[in-house]
Amino acid sequence: MAEVDVKKIARGDFTWRSLPLAAMIKVPTSLEYKTSDWRIEKPEIDQSKCIKCLLCWIYCPDMSIKRLDEGRVEVDYDFCKGCGICAEVCPTKAIKMVEE
Amino acid sequence: MSKLEYVRKMALMGDEAVAYAVKQADVDVIAAYPITPQTIIVERLSKYVADGELNASFIQAESEHSALSICIGSALAGARTFTSTASQGLALMHEVLYIASSMRAPIVMAIANRALNSPLNIHCDHSDIMGARDTGWIHLFANNVQQAYDLTLMAFKISEDPDLLIPVSVNLDGFILTHSIEPLEVLLDEEVHQFIPHEPYPHEIDFGNPLAYGVMALPDTYMEFKRQFQEAMLKVPEVFHKTTREFYTISGRTYKSLTSYFTEDAEAVVIALGSTVETLKYVARKFREKNIKVGVLGLTMYRPFPEKEIVKVLENVRCIAVLDRAYSYGGVGGPLYTDILASLYKNGMKPIVADFVYGLGGRDFKLTDSEEIFRKMMKAIECNGFERDIYWWGVKE
Amino acid sequence: MVKNRYVNLLNEDQMIEIRWHGRGGQGVVTVSDIMARSIIMGGKYAQHFPEFGPERSGAPVKAFTRISDEPIEIHSGVYNPDIVVIIDEGMSKNFNLYIQGLKENGLLFLNLGDMRDQIKQNLPKNVRVYVVNAKKISYEEAGKPIFNIPMLGGLVKVLRMPDLNTIEEVLSRRFPSELFEVNIRILRRAYEEVESIG
Repeated sequence: MAEVDVKKIARGDFTWRSLPLAAMIKVPTSLEYKTSDWRIEKPEIDQSKCIKCLLCWIYCPDMSIKRLDEGRVEVDYDFCKGCGICAEVCPTKAIKMVEE
Repeated sequence: MSKLEYVRKMALMGDEAVAYAVKQADVDVIAAYPITPQTIIVERLSKYVADGELNASFIQAESEHSALSICIGSALAGARTFTSTASQGLALMHEVLYIASSMRAPIVMAIANRALNSPLNIHCDHSDIMGARDTGWIHLFANNVQQAYDLTLMAFKISEDPDLLIPVSVNLDGFILTHSIEPLEVLLDEEVHQFIPHEPYPHEIDFGNPLAYGVMALPDTYMEFKRQFQEAMLKVPEVFHKTTREFYTISGRTYKSLTSYFTEDAEAVVIALGSTVETLKYVARKFREKNIKVGVLGLTMYRPFPEKEIVKVLENVRCIAVLDRAYSYGGVGGPLYTDILASLYKNGMKPIVADFVYGLGGRDFKLTDSEEIFRKMMKAIECNGFERDIYWWGVKE
Repeated sequence: MVKNRYVNLLNEDQMIEIRWHGRGGQGVVTVSDIMARSIIMGGKYAQHFPEFGPERSGAPVKAFTRISDEPIEIHSGVYNPDIVVIIDEGMSKNFNLYIQGLKENGLLFLNLGDMRDQIKQNLPKNVRVYVVNAKKISYEEAGKPIFNIPMLGGLVKVLRMPDLNTIEEVLSRRFPSELFEVNIRILRRAYEEVESIG
């Protein structure tokens, strides 16, 4: 299947001939589509309170909690939509939602 | 009979003939709902698989909706895929039919054409397939058991053509063909394998190189995807003809998108789908013996609609009877009738035309019925018109 | 020519149409199926189709066979058969209910044991009637009632086709060996014992 320039499609620069067959897309389009600007508040992690339980990592609906070594976590601010679920489930209140 | 002829010659029911073709096509996956309104086709196929004569996954689904959904997955995974159904089963598949074609899943489905409820009826008519007419499938119609076998084999080649990748339905009249034993000539397994080798599909799932399938397309792109699909449909006739030519070289049997009999100099032509075409041909020959210029036109390919070929056949015809074994309730007429009317209008032709709605729910179309219709056409030529535009043929009034 | 080999069963198309009557479970559809397959394997054209409907054990059932030297194009019902074969004994006694449309000079095959004399009084005119004592033959050969194959044996004798060996081959593909052998004995015996009664 031919490579498709998704950005071109997003700009409206396409015809029916240039669209991929049956909307089958080879490029990882969701990586291109940063959802960070949906956010009003952003989560901040206080690493000193974190007990590495990974509940935030499990609950995040957008896979925006990244696991680092030894169970430490950080927020992927490119994709976090600021829903606040991680702050809600954190048992030690290590995550706080703060205004952007 | 020579030994080879004996191997090629068989006496099979329509259902058995389709199953035999599917076995020879060496399919990988058969997914089907196993109970009523299922056909003998999958019964035979499940036996082939159980007996080790066919190395395929036979998946019994809990409904036709699921059966066709499974087929989409297996076809996109690169497996040669077959299913079959009839009447309510096809109706239950309805939304998945669109998904199969739009996702360009090469699937072959045999349909035993039967009436829809209610009232409860299991007999032949074309209401089921006409409901699926605009789902983006290629629809082929068999006139006899031999054609059911041949078209099933060709359907795989057409469906899997890299320019198309469009699912194909092979329609055979419920009971009239599915349960009738007729003689047919089959190809040898090696010939079939040569005719339809299983090549990888260009868009099949490749774990090393993943694609996103079935994504969302909003108003800014959806219409372009549909236009793209129509373009693929426009390529079908060419692929169909290429396939039939190749099929001719191995079988000696000729197929075109139309089957026309005695149409060259015909004044009156009757147009139909399915097994009725042959009954009409039989009667037309008797009329020809009396020098009455009638002809018969059958559509082997109903979608895409062979408009150009049809118009060419009808060029000098004065009177046309369209036989519809289904109806568009509250519409202009039967589905075939409206297709024909539109084609004539587009091409500036104005012959006398009437619609004959017949055979619903399996009502037999007798030899005398076709005789009467031919006579009505002769009279219509004399009077320069039929008494009405739509006849509900044989209905007790 | 299909018809010329056999007497003056004539229609212009040189086609023979057979209608089989019996009851659900007696193998009405099976025997028509076997007839058609045998004719085809014997090199002629044939078509078989059952009367379609909800099949129930014991209910009256019909099946149809067409035979021709030419490819058969007709895909509509049989209304004027050349031959009617009644497989069920009770229905054979009431044959008048089952011979609608039977052609003049057509053939009627009945499954009858002891009622022949009574029946002879009321035979339809211009129809030739043959009887097979299917009950006697099948009980003696198989110890159980098998009515369809004896009627086929009788028909094949009179029609002079298809070849008995071809039928045997078709039967051998259909039945397990024990049942196959019983059926062959029944077929051959009925072939010998079919009688013309008018």
